[in-house]
Amino acid sequence: MSLWDLFLSAAFVENLPLTLFLGLCTFLALSKRPETAVGLGIAMIAVMGVTVPLNQLVYSALLAPGALAWAGYPEIDLSYLALLAFIGVIAAVVQLLEMLLDRFLPGVHAAFGVFLPLLTVQCAILAGSLFMVERSYTLTEGLVFGLGGGTGFALAVTMLSAIRARLAYADLPAGLRGLGITFILAGLMSLGFSSFAQMAAQ
Amino acid sequence: MTAPSPLWSTLTQPLIRQNPVTLQILGICSALAVTTQLPTALTMAGSLTIVLALSAGIISLIRRHIPDAIRLIVQIVIVASLVIVIDQLLQAYLFEISQSLSVFVSLITTNCLVLGRTESFARHNPPLPSMIDALGNGLGYSLVLIAIGAVRELFGAGTLLGYQVLPLAEQGGWFTPLALMMLAPSAFFLLGGLVWAIRTVRPEQAEPPEFAAPQIPEGME
Repeated sequence: MSLWDLFLSAAFVENLPLTLFLGLCTFLALSKRPETAVGLGIAMIAVMGVTVPLNQLVYSALLAPGALAWAGYPEIDLSYLALLAFIGVIAAVVQLLEMLLDRFLPGVHAAFGVFLPLLTVQCAILAGSLFMVERSYTLTEGLVFGLGGGTGFALAVTMLSAIRARLAYADLPAGLRGLGITFILAGLMSLGFSSFAQMAAQ
Repeated sequence: MTAPSPLWSTLTQPLIRQNPVTLQILGICSALAVTTQLPTALTMAGSLTIVLALSAGIISLIRRHIPDAIRLIVQIVIVASLVIVIDQLLQAYLFEISQSLSVFVSLITTNCLVLGRTESFARHNPPLPSMIDALGNGLGYSLVLIAIGAVRELFGAGTLLGYQVLPLAEQGGWFTPLALMMLAPSAFFLLGGLVWAIRTVRPEQAEPPEFAAPQIPEGME
């Protein structure tokens, strides 16, 4: 599979929120206005593009079965610690990114707003790293997969927020208002995205 | 008749009235991905309830010793350790189900429901009420998961827990499986419908409209 194919499949065929149901909490909660949705999308691309390759390095250098051979312990298998290590790396990267942006690019930092710290506990970001282990991606593949997954999330959340902004004036049944109609909308979008899977299969 | 004790209402409140999934929008991430079949949904619901109750208990026990600045990290580490234990247990005893759950067991770590409950309840309450609150929320989450999993398995494959309930057309029966139920969109539709149904029965849960139509005074057309 070429890198471009990997990018497309990460962004469209395996769209994080719509096909794999990952990161739905932020996907639903922060899609009320297009401006916030775009900010969240950009933050997702940045964080996923950094954490997936970084976690790939950590996993292959320290945790994978036999990875500690360079230190003289070829029989040690620390792969069960992957979860803790990944969460730590993600939290550290998010914190670092926030400090760097605040120091050097205050405009961008203001645009990200409150979303950056939230991303530490975002399932989509952790899932990116876990999928990377499950499918044993190399460093470059990890980078492309992270960027593709982030792009797919950004696209989906921006589109959903655009639809919701228009629906704000619609006269919905009381019980369907808010969360209910958002699920139905996400379902319709997911129906659209599942046709990408058909295209990929051909 | 005696009034229900506060512990009992802490347990039963989150089942329908304060359901974590349909009202508080917590923990949806994993709620949908694992519901194509009832067995995976049951395993997931059980694992999450156990992790939720144990982490609430542990965090509540040490709540006076966690410095405020690093409390999120401490909570995540505790939850992640519990999840690793559950994951290893599943791989040891329920290998096939753990394969089909793939990364979603590990993702309990970042389930907003777990952190949401420890943040908002276990941090301020003694261990027993915290664990009961966590148990109630876990059961509320399980209820939604099991309902959606049952509907999707019944109409998607005509089976429940692997037993043939509706006779399939290709085996001489009358039921043609709905392929849509096995795909991602159906989970969104079902959950949307469930939210609608609950809010129709309990109108106090409905969200207020964002914009009100302008009032036209009497006599002016």
